[in-house]
Amino acid sequence: MSFRAAVITFPGSNCDRDMAVAIEQVSGSAPLRVWHGDADLPDGLDFIALPGGFSYGDYLRSGAMAANSPVMRSVKAAAERGVPVLGVCNGFQVLTEAGLLPGALMRNASQHFICRTVPLKVENAQSLFTSGYEAGETINIPVAHHDGNYFADDEALDRIEGEGRVAFRYAENCNGSRRDIAGVLNAAGNVLGMMPHPERAIEPAHGGTDGRKLFEAALKALA
Amino acid sequence: MKIRVLVSLKPGVLDPQGRAVHHALEGLGFEGVEDVRIGRTVELDVADGTSDEALDEMCRKLLANTVIENYRIEKVG
Repeated sequence: MSFRAAVITFPGSNCDRDMAVAIEQVSGSAPLRVWHGDADLPDGLDFIALPGGFSYGDYLRSGAMAANSPVMRSVKAAAERGVPVLGVCNGFQVLTEAGLLPGALMRNASQHFICRTVPLKVENAQSLFTSGYEAGETINIPVAHHDGNYFADDEALDRIEGEGRVAFRYAENCNGSRRDIAGVLNAAGNVLGMMPHPERAIEPAHGGTDGRKLFEAALKALA
Repeated sequence: MKIRVLVSLKPGVLDPQGRAVHHALEGLGFEGVEDVRIGRTVELDVADGTSDEALDEMCRKLLANTVIENYRIEKVG
């Protein structure tokens, strides 16, 4: 079975290749590479990934410019059709700016750029991205960000939590995120945004393989 | 027509940058600084007759993130 995935590259993306390699490692199929200026996505996609990086140099706000690039109209349409969309780090920021996920990612509370592996608690193990984990399990995934401090107002947070849309929480809150939120799902469960980088924890040489199950779950959900 | 858009963090949204600058001001010996909040100014030069609605839409769609920010539009000439 071939897994037809696409990795979107914006000017300033720098984890697009990592994402593509991770998807190929797990699925056996090299993902299509899509440029931000492409108005149309390839047909029949099984999975769309928005990678980490500093799209448009973080001008205005992280992810704000990329959220309005031509390809994002097609990503929104695909998300509405139910195509799985994963946004990691800057990809998460783009998804919130595009309105596909609630909340916003602000400057880390410490003001520091954080680059280290952090423990995460799997909160929702039912989604197509997280079904390979056990609810409550702790996994270790690297973070590398300056703007990962998740904010939403109390009403939005209550709603997200009430609907089981918190995918991951920081076991140690590294950036000030409200209610320790590290990853959020959309209402339909087919869009996941997360600050930690699962594509950097795929094989033992990476120092850990806890990210692999996320891609395996997405592959399994398709089959 | 010159427009100035002032974007500020909503009350209640923590401003780590403002807090760091607050500490720096105190470090410089300035007393009585109660709070510091950092925002952004966007200066636009738009066609005369650009509607208020269009300006408002620019703010909502791009210049401000209304999840965390408020904005104020000023016509400066």
